[in-house]
Amino acid sequence: MQTMKDLIAEHPFFRGLAPEHLDVIAGCAQNVRFQAGEFLFREGDEADRFFLIRHGRVALSTYIPERGAITIQTIGAGEVLGWSWLFPPYRWHFDARALEVTRAIAFDGKCLRDKCQEDPKLGYELMRRFASIMVDRLQATRLQLLDVYGRS
Amino acid sequence: MDTGEFNTGQLNTGQLNTGQLSTGQLNTMSAEPIQAVDPMAPRWHRILQRRRENHDTFTLELTPVDQGAAMTFAPGQFNMLYVFGVGEIPISISGDPGQPERLIHTTRAVGTVTRAMSRLGKGDVLGVRGPFGSAWPLAQAEGRDVVIVTGGIGLAPLRPAIYQLLAQREKYARIVILYGARTQEDMVFRRELERWSARLDVEVFATVDRATSGWRGNVGVVTTLIPHAPFDPDDTIALVCGPEVMMRYTVAALEKRGLTHEQIYLSMERNMKCAVGFCGHCQFGPKFICKDGPVFRFDQVRAIFGKWEV
Repeated sequence: MQTMKDLIAEHPFFRGLAPEHLDVIAGCAQNVRFQAGEFLFREGDEADRFFLIRHGRVALSTYIPERGAITIQTIGAGEVLGWSWLFPPYRWHFDARALEVTRAIAFDGKCLRDKCQEDPKLGYELMRRFASIMVDRLQATRLQLLDVYGRS
Repeated sequence: MDTGEFNTGQLNTGQLNTGQLSTGQLNTMSAEPIQAVDPMAPRWHRILQRRRENHDTFTLELTPVDQGAAMTFAPGQFNMLYVFGVGEIPISISGDPGQPERLIHTTRAVGTVTRAMSRLGKGDVLGVRGPFGSAWPLAQAEGRDVVIVTGGIGLAPLRPAIYQLLAQREKYARIVILYGARTQEDMVFRRELERWSARLDVEVFATVDRATSGWRGNVGVVTTLIPHAPFDPDDTIALVCGPEVMMRYTVAALEKRGLTHEQIYLSMERNMKCAVGFCGHCQFGPKFICKDGPVFRFDQVRAIFGKWEV
């Protein structure tokens, strides 16, 4: 049977993380499952977790009056969801809703922040990985703004 | 002949360079380009069917008025379509190379000629010159994974390649289609995408920039599908077609997955006029898109790709 450390190690987001760091972060992790339509978090709520998606797909959306819930992005297996737990005021900026049955590893944000405070190497490694995701998503958002399929 | 050239018989002045194709590779295809008398003389074709793909995109199925031999072509090639009294434009062939009797083109109504073309209907006549240009490297892709990355109407020049890949499915490892569109209403060939998606031997991932009601698929640009798409970067050929800005970011994402420039093929688009390399309108650095392209291996165009003025 796979341990939590094994599950974390095989997820692309934490691939190559040092074994001692895997041991530390595994202590802040738990397996979670969401049914289709269930919310992982809601806009404005306290951002106390983040998720490594193992199976399934999650829609990040926001509610616009008279237009309803608008999906900004979908996040699927192998991807990471949530970085608001890293920065004050630790509030979610969007809703996250499972589009199908979704299995994930949830990390306790407060627990991880404390671990990073104690071990700056771990903190740097986490920030480096999240920064890379942020850059990718910023680029993707810029492309969305460019409306790249408008002309070909 | 292994120089990458083949004689279409269409040119009195020499050979039409197909870029990636050699005679041996052509022999592996289901169809070979036909003999034509003069590449500058249009052949009249009648519209058999006109189909609307979305709000501004339409497909025309043509048949020769002279009832002569059907035009055979290789996936990726294009024709010059001439609307009488309006003008002529290059349009990729979007039909099945295995069914050359159904000469099919798909285009958007965005300019003077295409808008005039969009007003034509069954029975109307067009002039057609071609086929011209290079083809997708399907022979080189044999035995390997093939990932197709496309956006918007960029799927049209790739559809013949998909038909051929599926017709010879046993020759390829994984086939992965990544398709992006502005919204689900902007998608082209939606029914075919669904049909391919239902097959067990093809993986299709579609995404939209903006989710409208009823869309339950992915949201985000097509490049976001690349990091987790199921293909082996060490043994993959990527075929990419779409607006140039999309292709720039697609190449970057494919590089990040580990593909080399020699594994990536793009279909370029420029203002093609003569289609045989005489007029220079489509010059792209040292190359002419019409006769050296439109399909290029990325390393052949990397130095000038994305430049403002070439």
